[in-house]
Amino acid sequence: MDWLNAVIQGTLLGGLYALFAAGLSLIFGVMRLVNIAHGDFIVLGAYLGLTVTTLLGLHPLVALLLVVPAMALIGYVLQRGILNQTLGKDILPPLLVTFGLSVIIQNGLLEVYSADPQKMNAGALETASVPLGELSLGVLPVLTFGIAVAVIASLQWMFYSTALGRAFRATSDNQEIAQLMGLNRRHIFGLAMALALGVTAIAGILLGIRTSFDPSIGGGRLIFGFEAVIIGGLGNLWGTLIGGVILGVAQTIGAKIDPGWQLLAGHIVFLAILAVRPNGLFPRINE
Amino acid sequence: MPEPILKISELDAFYEDFQALYGVDLEVAQGEVLAIIGANGAGKTTLMRSISGLTQNKADMVTFRGDRIGALRADEVAEKGIALVPEGRQLFPSLSVEENLLIGGQIGRKGPWSLSAVYELFPILQERRNQQSTSLSGGQQQMVAIGRALMANPDLILFDEISLGLAPIIIKDIYAALPGIIGEGMSALIVEQDITKALSVSQRFYCLQEGRVSLEGASATVAREDISRAYFGVE
Repeated sequence: MDWLNAVIQGTLLGGLYALFAAGLSLIFGVMRLVNIAHGDFIVLGAYLGLTVTTLLGLHPLVALLLVVPAMALIGYVLQRGILNQTLGKDILPPLLVTFGLSVIIQNGLLEVYSADPQKMNAGALETASVPLGELSLGVLPVLTFGIAVAVIASLQWMFYSTALGRAFRATSDNQEIAQLMGLNRRHIFGLAMALALGVTAIAGILLGIRTSFDPSIGGGRLIFGFEAVIIGGLGNLWGTLIGGVILGVAQTIGAKIDPGWQLLAGHIVFLAILAVRPNGLFPRINE
Repeated sequence: MPEPILKISELDAFYEDFQALYGVDLEVAQGEVLAIIGANGAGKTTLMRSISGLTQNKADMVTFRGDRIGALRADEVAEKGIALVPEGRQLFPSLSVEENLLIGGQIGRKGPWSLSAVYELFPILQERRNQQSTSLSGGQQQMVAIGRALMANPDLILFDEISLGLAPIIIKDIYAALPGIIGEGMSALIVEQDITKALSVSQRFYCLQEGRVSLEGASATVAREDISRAYFGVE
């Protein structure tokens, strides 16, 4: 029963990892940009949530209504102001610039919020649980997983059934020809980054309710996000959810064997999958 | 000749790092079909890129219906009413046939062309509308590329090497469909390697040679030896 519990907890944890990964996957899919600062944006989302909840006394989940649009706006301005200028044939400039952004965000957060670990207070939600046979499921992890599924389903719908999604796919396929169709790629990329950081805000707030956070933890979240994307296969959003779940389960089972093995087990499973399936389990992008 | 819809003056343009066009002057009249002929490397593709905004130049080098568009981006040029059927079709592989057409129309210009009008012109596309565009034959892909450009309801449509890589029978079909396409008051610029085809559908032509206009005239009356001379540069 303990093992089953570990698998279930890991699956639910995977929902959070899928949320870490979704924004990363989206911007890589649309503009082939690898955002090294992605983990720090997750942490930024958590801190913005903290500020909103403490200043306005809102519940963290209500704070999403303010933080998601704020992060989306940051994303659009950042893309139009800086990141668009780094995109081109050379893949190095965006890597370097987002790495620099990562350093700036971390130090900015350190300056404003100090290095002390913080946590958002979600009240009864944090400890509530529902019984499932002999097991007991935390309401927060179940809610997180549900939000992850809803976010991925919405992104999937947006990508394949709306004019905006069509524009994203066309621009991803061929930027010049998309431009001929009257799509300004700079604007399209701005919208993609806005959407990605909006999702990242959700991930950040759920992270900040679940565990304590400080300005330095972005790098670790970035790795989890990367691993979920790559396990699932580039360009496949549902694959990203499955990648997150595999990573989460590997970590909880690793922790079950020995608490020190939690992170290591996740990385080992990631490397094993990479060795057998270098393109991930369900790749969509044909390079 | 009536007031030109497109006027190119003193166009110097670059293809990557080297200069491909030198002081090219060219005019397209309202409703006219103009052919551009010339050997490989004569600058035809650079001319197309310069008109459509994929290559940006000085603003007054290209004038379209009185607007100086030479320095505009391709998406801005598209909104002015110029559409390009690019060489090699260049469909969006992630999009279905219908989505390829819809994205051509999303610019939202008013006019006779719509999804149903394109399907009427090329009925096979309606049958294949939900397929990936890459699963179609070359000729059908060319129909999608033409349909995609028409969906923007342009005032000027550019065809870049539409017969390249297609079977002769398909080329014949496509050229048979052209008058019906252009007959709606649209102007067209056709770049074509097949000189006979190009002259048969156009009223006037320009011949490019090494980045310069080497000959221009009426398509119906030009002598073949003049074209050979202008095309190859041999006396």
